[in-house]
Amino acid sequence: MILKRLFGALPNIVGVVIVTFILTRALPGDPAAYFAGPAATTEAIEQVRASLGLDKTLAHQFVLYLKDLARGDLGNSLTTGQPVVTEIRQRLPASLELTFCGLLIAVVVAVPLGVLAATRPGTWVDHLCRLLATAGVSLPTFFTGLLLAYVFYFLLGLAPSPLGRIDVSFPPPPAVTGLYLVDSLLARDLESFRASARQLVLPALTMGLFVMAPLMRMTRASMLGVLSSEFIRTARASGLPRSQVLYAYAFRNALLPVVTTLGMVFSFLLGSNVLVEKVFAWPGIGSYVIEALVSSDYAPVQGFVLTMALLYVALNLAIDVMYVLIDPRVGIEG
Amino acid sequence: MSAATLKHIRYVATENPVTLVAFLLFSGFVLLALFGPWIAPYDPLASNSGAALKPPSAAHWFGTDSLGRDILSRIIVAARLDFGIAVSAVAASFVIGAALGSLAGFYGGWADRIIGRIADTIMAFPLFVLAMGIVAALGNTVANIVIATAIINLPFYIRVARAEVNVRRGAGYVEAARLAGNSDLRVLAMHVFPNILPPIMVQISLNMGWAILNAAGLSFIGLGVRPPQAEWGIMVAEGATYIISGEWWVALFPGAVLMLAVFTFNLLGDGLRDIMDPRMRT
Repeated sequence: MILKRLFGALPNIVGVVIVTFILTRALPGDPAAYFAGPAATTEAIEQVRASLGLDKTLAHQFVLYLKDLARGDLGNSLTTGQPVVTEIRQRLPASLELTFCGLLIAVVVAVPLGVLAATRPGTWVDHLCRLLATAGVSLPTFFTGLLLAYVFYFLLGLAPSPLGRIDVSFPPPPAVTGLYLVDSLLARDLESFRASARQLVLPALTMGLFVMAPLMRMTRASMLGVLSSEFIRTARASGLPRSQVLYAYAFRNALLPVVTTLGMVFSFLLGSNVLVEKVFAWPGIGSYVIEALVSSDYAPVQGFVLTMALLYVALNLAIDVMYVLIDPRVGIEG
Repeated sequence: MSAATLKHIRYVATENPVTLVAFLLFSGFVLLALFGPWIAPYDPLASNSGAALKPPSAAHWFGTDSLGRDILSRIIVAARLDFGIAVSAVAASFVIGAALGSLAGFYGGWADRIIGRIADTIMAFPLFVLAMGIVAALGNTVANIVIATAIINLPFYIRVARAEVNVRRGAGYVEAARLAGNSDLRVLAMHVFPNILPPIMVQISLNMGWAILNAAGLSFIGLGVRPPQAEWGIMVAEGATYIISGEWWVALFPGAVLMLAVFTFNLLGDGLRDIMDPRMRT
């Protein structure tokens, strides 16, 4: 069953690779001139054209592109001269840490609120939740981030300055996973755990606020649907305690559609990641790609788009697998 | 518009005053987009180094930026550009997406599979990331922002149109139109399509807010709109450097207006959905 889902993701991966290939070839002007750099001579450009395989047919170029991908070669960055793969690998943990903490905050806040709204439909609690949810999706993440930084850093002085992952006075924890929170715990260094957590709170909260709305709406809608179903009526009629009906029966069934929305939520999160990283000078792949965009350095941009897309396909796959694990019925029917 | 529809609209407006407020706000934004340059109190591009970074005052309601330009005027004038990008992007994805989706839903088979695969491939990307990639590849212009935004919204229209056409293709009136001698395309365009418009209108309204957000996000990271042109996203980006030193007004006002515009569209979309289909209310 799980294997079948894995195969189901194949067409998406193929599609993603084809689209990124098209994006590589759609560069404005002459790609060879771009990759050769601004100071290159005509011969140098021709040489780059040959080495990139741009003098060959499109189909041939695609095969070469696939070969490079299989070897994990995404080209070199013009500005740093480093291979794009190395740089993305170094910076990816920072982005992942931020994304997952944002998701965690959103789930912890949005799911209980959604349940609360569903158990009191039509009351002021419900209307307030609905208004908050609409306000939440309307927030430009970059603006929320700035606002939070202004209030908590400039006005209240509670948060550290919104620059980077850890205060400059701390050395980064020894790299094991690349996630500072995990690494500092592994090194039993509570001081640097606190320092990196303090840096993380505001950007993670910014991302969380943005995706809270869809999660809350979905929780509310699916909880309402489940609460009006017959097995809940039976459970209530049997005199089961309210909390047991709500959590043991209703909530578990309401969870499935919420898991499905996680796919869309990840699309939002990975996209807004770029904006939030710029606001908080977070050294992840988002700020890497912005630096590259500013200097018209295209190899990192393409590497970034491909990485994000493959990451997203993988996350969706994980959600699918989770779905099968939570709900055995999916497995039987499929 | 029949009397019954009007009655229903009046019912929705009184039942949910939020929708009414959203509609009023929307009209306000449209007026700004149409008449902005005549309403703005100052020239949005005129810099005045003597009055740089001044907090809000009677002369400059929203203060001035680092070049001494009046922020209120810049926000007003930017409405046309932001709305222009969003409207043209949404219009493009509506026309192309609805056409492709209707064909897929009406004919099924190969057309359906190919069009469905296109939509799936676009959806396989985190959408904002794909938009960044497209603008980076096509070139850094406003037109390309419109194209990128249109492409990433395409799957939503394809899916809505496909699903709505699919359930109607066997309906009695479709059979009747066909028996009366209409060609397939004519049946699709004249008989089926008008019936799938209401759900698509809701999609458009919900999409507009997202399109504005997307365009502002792209210009925030330096894609598309170039300074000194006024645009909400780029104004927030310009103000970002000043906010941690306490000059809050440079970023706050454009950001707040951007938020209000998106909020207006989202509320309007919800209200429209209530008008079209009260059962779908979530």
